[in-house]
Amino acid sequence: MVTDLNTALWNTIAMFLTFCIFSFLYKDNPFYKIAEHIVVGVSAGYFAVILYWNGLVPKLWDPVFKQGKWYYLIPGILGVMMWTRFSKKYSWISRLSIAFYMGIATGVAVPLYVQNYVIRQLSSTMLPVHFQNTTGIFNLLIIIGVLCALIYFFFSKEHKGAMGSAAKVGIWTLMVGFGAGFGVTVMGRVSLLIDRVIFLRNYFDSFFTWFIKYIL
Amino acid sequence: MELVGTEQCSVPTDKKMKRHLLCKICVLIFLLIFLFAIDSFAQGTETQSTSWFNKDRLNVLLFLVLFFAFVLFFINQAKKGKSLFVRKIPGLDAVEEAVGRATEMGKPILYISGIEDMDNIQTVASMIILGNVAKMVATYDIPLLVPICRPFVVPVAEESVRQGYMSAGRPDAYKKDNIRYISDEQFAYTAGVNGIMLRERPAANLMFGSFYAESLVMAETGFSTGAIQVAGTANIHQLPFFVVACDYTLIGEELFAASAYLSREPKLLGSLKGSDLAKLVIIIILVIGVILETFGVTRFTKWFFVQ
Repeated sequence: MVTDLNTALWNTIAMFLTFCIFSFLYKDNPFYKIAEHIVVGVSAGYFAVILYWNGLVPKLWDPVFKQGKWYYLIPGILGVMMWTRFSKKYSWISRLSIAFYMGIATGVAVPLYVQNYVIRQLSSTMLPVHFQNTTGIFNLLIIIGVLCALIYFFFSKEHKGAMGSAAKVGIWTLMVGFGAGFGVTVMGRVSLLIDRVIFLRNYFDSFFTWFIKYIL
Repeated sequence: MELVGTEQCSVPTDKKMKRHLLCKICVLIFLLIFLFAIDSFAQGTETQSTSWFNKDRLNVLLFLVLFFAFVLFFINQAKKGKSLFVRKIPGLDAVEEAVGRATEMGKPILYISGIEDMDNIQTVASMIILGNVAKMVATYDIPLLVPICRPFVVPVAEESVRQGYMSAGRPDAYKKDNIRYISDEQFAYTAGVNGIMLRERPAANLMFGSFYAESLVMAETGFSTGAIQVAGTANIHQLPFFVVACDYTLIGEELFAASAYLSREPKLLGSLKGSDLAKLVIIIILVIGVILETFGVTRFTKWFFVQ
């Protein structure tokens, strides 16, 4: 890993910052604060540059001044109107941009949500119930789980009596699902940790090899 | 009924009326120009279809029309003053308990609205809850810290908090500096929030919105500071972490119901009741579909396939 001075320098910085972040496991300390401020500052600067080259230039500058698509100025003006927030007198103008953006976003999001989270889920849950094999029994369990979970999220009636029992089955179904999701996600997080530990191991391995070879 | 999120003016002045009219005219002009531009663009591109109606999505349209009809009906009922019952949600009572605890300890409240932009419905719901929390907090005069991940959410959060303080009659207590943009990058934001938790030591952490891998990191850090934590998200994969690390968790739709429950605003209550009726319709459709599928009739199910 430590093949030249440039690589060695950047890997050393990466190693140092990794330990700075890990030091948080003990308690808050100046090293964690250094790493935190570096990552916040660098990411803000990085995203500002990304926004300029991936957003402003290809989506406003080039279409308007190179391709002659004048109507791109309309969202550009809406974006500029957002800057009026800094003025106490004219800050109301920015509400137009916010309203437009929220209206468009909601208009796009609502049909998508209905399509993906309601209609598609409905068609997938309408399963035949039978006792000829395990598929039919699993289908029955899925349908009961879905119906009870839907009852749990019913807010117009108190969860008492039969409805209360169904809601209880619903929340148990949800918790079983959460437990499975928790296990899968924890496995993913541990794999990230393994990757970091491998990086540190490779770093120290190559560092000591270089140290022994060139210093000793 | 006092409405959250509205400026309280006794008499509209001529200047304000002119401003409102100017706003409406500007929005209409922009909309017309934008629609004209889109139409011109569509006609200019020969390879694209200029059809405005996709018949394959007819089932989505019908469901949306039905759902909107339910919501509008119940909003109308709520505006007429009819009492609409909403069952008690334990996680929401915990929000008031958290605010009370922060007041006793004299420590701030940290409100985290997730890491998504305003185009995410969860962020919209979070902003509504933020307004209600700000109204509670203003009454007790404790700091409300709101670190934000997306730049566009900042003005919306500022507006929500400001309106909350104004509704409580405390516009002087509103501090714009408490609503801070941290970073767009997921874990840079998380590192910043963790730092705020450890340094400011808030008495309560309220996390409502869309979260991803940073959920457990933030929840665990908050737990280590001894703060009471109430979280709510509709991201299924993050709910287990909130359930484990937080005192109360709003699961899925409870996040959206929270805004109606806290504010008791007619529009929000009507929306909640409308969605409940839609759920009832879904349950009935599901039962009918299962019975028909069991007897080998698949035509009903096929109507719900989306291409």
